[in-house]
Amino acid sequence: MMTFTEIKKSFLTSLWFMFLTFPIMVIRVNTIEKQVIWRWENMWYVGIGSFLLSFVWRYFLRRKERGNNHANEHIANMSSSIQRIFSRRRYKIPAMVAAAMTVAVFPFVMNSYQTNIMITALMYVMLGLGLNIVVGLAGLLDLGYVAFYAVGAYTYGLLNHHFGIGFWTVLPLGGALGALFGVLLGFPVLRLRGDYLAIVTLGFGEIIRLILENWNEFSYGPSGIAHISKPSLFGIKLSFSGEITYMYFLMIGMVCFTIFVVNRLQNSRIGRAWIALREDEVACQAMGIDKTRTKLTAFALGATWAGMAGVIFAAKTTFINPASFTFMESAMILSIVVLGGMGSIPGVIIAALFLILLPEYLRAFSDYRMLLFGAIMVIMMVFRPQGIIATVRRNYNFKKAEN
Amino acid sequence: MEYFLELFMGGLTRGSIYALIALGYTMVYGIIELINFAHGEIYMIGAFTALITASVLAVMGVHQFAIMAIAMLAAIVYSSAYGFTVEKIAYKPLRHAPRLSPLISAIGMSIFLQNYVLLAQTSDFLPFPSLIPDFKFLEPYSNYLRPTELVILLTTAVVMVFLTLLIKFTKIGKAMRATAQDRTMAMLLGVNVNRVISTTFVIGSALAAIGGVLIASHIGQINFFIGFIAGIKAFTAAVLGGIGSIPGAVLGSFILGLTESFATGYVSSDYEDVFAFALLVLILIFRPGGLLGKSTTQKV
Repeated sequence: MMTFTEIKKSFLTSLWFMFLTFPIMVIRVNTIEKQVIWRWENMWYVGIGSFLLSFVWRYFLRRKERGNNHANEHIANMSSSIQRIFSRRRYKIPAMVAAAMTVAVFPFVMNSYQTNIMITALMYVMLGLGLNIVVGLAGLLDLGYVAFYAVGAYTYGLLNHHFGIGFWTVLPLGGALGALFGVLLGFPVLRLRGDYLAIVTLGFGEIIRLILENWNEFSYGPSGIAHISKPSLFGIKLSFSGEITYMYFLMIGMVCFTIFVVNRLQNSRIGRAWIALREDEVACQAMGIDKTRTKLTAFALGATWAGMAGVIFAAKTTFINPASFTFMESAMILSIVVLGGMGSIPGVIIAALFLILLPEYLRAFSDYRMLLFGAIMVIMMVFRPQGIIATVRRNYNFKKAEN
Repeated sequence: MEYFLELFMGGLTRGSIYALIALGYTMVYGIIELINFAHGEIYMIGAFTALITASVLAVMGVHQFAIMAIAMLAAIVYSSAYGFTVEKIAYKPLRHAPRLSPLISAIGMSIFLQNYVLLAQTSDFLPFPSLIPDFKFLEPYSNYLRPTELVILLTTAVVMVFLTLLIKFTKIGKAMRATAQDRTMAMLLGVNVNRVISTTFVIGSALAAIGGVLIASHIGQINFFIGFIAGIKAFTAAVLGGIGSIPGAVLGSFILGLTESFATGYVSSDYEDVFAFALLVLILIFRPGGLLGKSTTQKV
């Protein structure tokens, strides 16, 4: 379909983008020495890049439109084909065994650096699954999710610093405090619709961070809390690599626990209520679902996971300060959920591993990480709002009599 | 009393900058019911374009007034172009998608633009040349009101008048109001809705660019992150006044600016941003419709 008009369109697009990015990409000023650096080569990159990308963009846009005109059912079947494969017994069991084996031997085969990266990725899996409850299942766009993460981390940091309380005591406590904050935030925003909710949660997240940054007597301000003790294993002293392996298995355990709980929740009464709430609030209320309670449990449960992940984060890094809890962190977790597919557990796991591990292994790539996250959010929403692995919706099939 | 006046004038200045940004939010929301998260970034790009243009021209040795005019113009043109492009890429394909989709797309766009400027330029604070020249005016009052503040107030006032005239009396203004009321009906009556939406983005972005250049030359430094906080505050102002309502946005902006100014002046400056957020949370709880907004009922 490389007709002349297509090429002309792309050429114009590329000219437009060359114009658009000209001051920011090409010129760079050194305001102190009053020098101007011209980077003309960037202009060519932008021009050629946008020329090629515009073909791809239009191709996918056309494909999407064609798809919309066809029966929607067809698409729904296609999108869940990956899950279809996994749901078959023949593939499911060997796949799960292989995954379990990989998980079990990972820290013994890989060095401690790799294991550490994996621990971080697993932490994001946990956070992603937690946020998935709020955003994916209940459809409440929470942009301040990192606030609950901070609550958990500071709960452990402060309790450990002042009273020397151990990790295992604080873990449920951090979760509980997270839930409490979730309810505290949930109450005022119950009446708000999606977009207002997003802004208020964003504001809430920033308030928590600013308080942590400025209330020196309480949180030690920007310098943070250092020397937080690592989790203990029945008082056994562990070597450096032993500690990492222990942390790794602890994280694996937590992730399995999270998957189990979220999976059970999804099919429970409350999980169905969340999905109903996501689809249509008014209709959901008309069906006799208590909106207040449903929303609050979503907030509280989502926040519980963030709180626990926060405790683990503090224990892993042994140092916390407010800089770890910026809006960018919330955005990162959100892009994990969006990429994975809202409400889809395997999708979120794969997306978290992909988005966290990829920039770690492709070092040259890591600068472009946030750029990529932003682009992913836009591209996914435009072309594939259901995520890489869409959830299979429960539905009844009405079959015609002659079949 | 002097301190009070100083804070009052500072608050008004802040408020007028917020108003310039908030108008973009409120106009876009009025027409397509979307919080344009990337609006703060448009403002930041405006400031950056002005800085780059001004620096290049300064090296070339152009007269100061010419620098001011050209930098302002460049900022407006580029911000509008960015606003237009953002709408085409991130929002237009999502016109009929569920509400959450364009919102997430907008957040993605905002993160993308921030990091685009961060990578292409720098993460450091850049000193912004004071485009507005220092001049003397009415002696006793200049103690409370700095020349740049006066310029900001006057510019905002002029821009507001122009905007009001545009929306009230021009054809495109009429089309905008019609689209805001009922998009389908406007379409049926021959309004080119896509063009109206694009125009709204362009106008909003141009206003944000003016705000960006004014505040940057007032404060004297910018970095890639200024759009985030300014965007949230302007949004707060828009919600405070009742989102979708243009006089509401202006009123809300002045209230927010004054509140912030007095709160930082009399209470504590550490929590400057907390006041704005707390105000936002409070309004949404007690008066989600805003001061001048209509409360809407939700229908199935």
